[in-house]
Amino acid sequence: MPEPTLTIRTIIGLEIHVQLNTKTKMFCGCPVRYDAPPNSCVCPVCLGHPGALPVINRQAFTHAVLTGLALNCKIARHTKWDRKSYYYPDLPKNYQISQYDLPLAARGFFDIPVRGRMKRVRITRAHLEEDAGKSLHDLPGCTLVDLNRAGTPLLEIVTEPDLSSADEAYAFCIELQRLVTYLGVSEGVMQKGQMRFEPNVNIAIRCDGREYRTPITEIKNLNSFRHVRDAIAYEARRQLTAWTEDHDYQQDKRPNENRGWNAEKGITEYQRDKESAPDYRYFPDPDLVPVEITDGMLDEIRAMLPELPIARRQRLVSEYGLSTRDADTIVNHRGTADLLEKVIAAGAPADVAGKQFVNVWLKLANDRNVHVTDLGVEPEQIVELARMTADGTINKTAANRLAQVMLQHAEPRASARADAQRSTPSPLHLAQELGLVQVHDTAATEAWVEQAFTANPKAVQDALGNPKKAQAAAGFLRGQVMKLSGGKADPNLVVRLVEKRLAKLRGKG
Amino acid sequence: MASSLDETAVRHVAHLARLDVTDEEVVRFAKQLSSILSYVEQLNEPDTTGIPPTAHALPVTNVFRGDTVRPCWEPDRALHNAPQCQDNFFRVPKVLGQDSA
Repeated sequence: MPEPTLTIRTIIGLEIHVQLNTKTKMFCGCPVRYDAPPNSCVCPVCLGHPGALPVINRQAFTHAVLTGLALNCKIARHTKWDRKSYYYPDLPKNYQISQYDLPLAARGFFDIPVRGRMKRVRITRAHLEEDAGKSLHDLPGCTLVDLNRAGTPLLEIVTEPDLSSADEAYAFCIELQRLVTYLGVSEGVMQKGQMRFEPNVNIAIRCDGREYRTPITEIKNLNSFRHVRDAIAYEARRQLTAWTEDHDYQQDKRPNENRGWNAEKGITEYQRDKESAPDYRYFPDPDLVPVEITDGMLDEIRAMLPELPIARRQRLVSEYGLSTRDADTIVNHRGTADLLEKVIAAGAPADVAGKQFVNVWLKLANDRNVHVTDLGVEPEQIVELARMTADGTINKTAANRLAQVMLQHAEPRASARADAQRSTPSPLHLAQELGLVQVHDTAATEAWVEQAFTANPKAVQDALGNPKKAQAAAGFLRGQVMKLSGGKADPNLVVRLVEKRLAKLRGKG
Repeated sequence: MASSLDETAVRHVAHLARLDVTDEEVVRFAKQLSSILSYVEQLNEPDTTGIPPTAHALPVTNVFRGDTVRPCWEPDRALHNAPQCQDNFFRVPKVLGQDSA
């Protein structure tokens, strides 16, 4: 009997927890700090002491609504708080304050670029809740609990099962991180657990005109993009194998289950099935009054919406002629993109400034593990460097060196702002001082060419007579000319003069 | 329509609340809880047609606070009533099943 043809479709929805960027917790004034000593950021409210009353953090609420708007959600006019009860040592009240049937945002969508096209992913809902504390399990015989994190504001975002591959889910997570950092509603630092992902995965198998759907697996608590991608890819394969071995591995015949990702082994591991899911006994929290979102509140928050990363990337390409790749890199950080637009508005030629941001400033910033905006270089200097490069005062190599020197001048100021009076020398001044101003003088350049040819007869020979090596040899000679000029020669002029001299020698030969 | 809570339901609720109950208590609580339920059921009597549901008794909405840090407790004070602690952590018996929200 021939093997039946199988068509397999992966179906993925995501649940994402985003830690909101606030100074204090969701319902009390304790600071949100990642690395504070254990149990030093706690009070009667987040410790769940009797009689302590929670009060909503307005900033967290605003962040949540802003994110809801950016995700094109309908914002509820009336929203309330519910208690989700379960027992766990890191949950001091024995319930989590969350939103059950009236989430503050619902029915939205998020368009993400997938293989050069936009893909729409529907957002089911987004609601506010509080985080639990942290448990340390690695001691024998006991668990240690730190409640500093208990009460930290979280936004839970739930998507419809619209993603259809591990790569799409990966792209979605990255784009969502970019969105929340752009909005300023979260720092989105994965290493600090500020974004946690829980993919729901199953597969639809078409076989002999019938469709089989495997039970849905929820992969718990992934805290890196790579884990999201790898865990989904593994899970889809595992489910196909499970169905191949047992065609009753289907929804309604087998329970949905929770699984955990074991990154070391690269596999998902069974945790529990959903039939034994806990009974959370949701009910309205009597300690918290509902929120009525007025038109005024909504308009005020809507006014805070910046241009979003995807739109901005497209505009940088169409308005300034940046490459998609460069625009993508620059848009990654809102402050960097803001700075680029600022220097362009101040007269920096857009194309040169864009390239210089990626090839010079971002590189220097990455080396120092900071953003371009933290380098301490003044926008006027960035403008001047771009101008000098564009009008040929300096070449690209010199621009690179100059930027480094500018940084050395800027760095003491960036670290100790006290000496604000001391001004950094202008890039032009520095270029002159360092002898980096490009030499357009033909006679001077010809002299360097002459010197380079005399000193490298072998290369000249190859450039003239060895077809295999001609190109490399000519490149070598140009490099030697640049070197002799101390990086000051105009590269275009060098190309012309080297070619001219080679042509002349060929003529003689 | 007197609603009642049978013994299975009592055991289930007790388990959810992590309460250890004896067989005698289960019988007693089933009676007591059933009588509480039928008392509360009087609320079903008034006609509430056309009255919007509410989750709250207070006519108050939108109580917020600013995102301002307030002093918190020292770890010593936070841990003061803890049955067991270690290095400024609460210390609890080993948690086996990793069940979280």
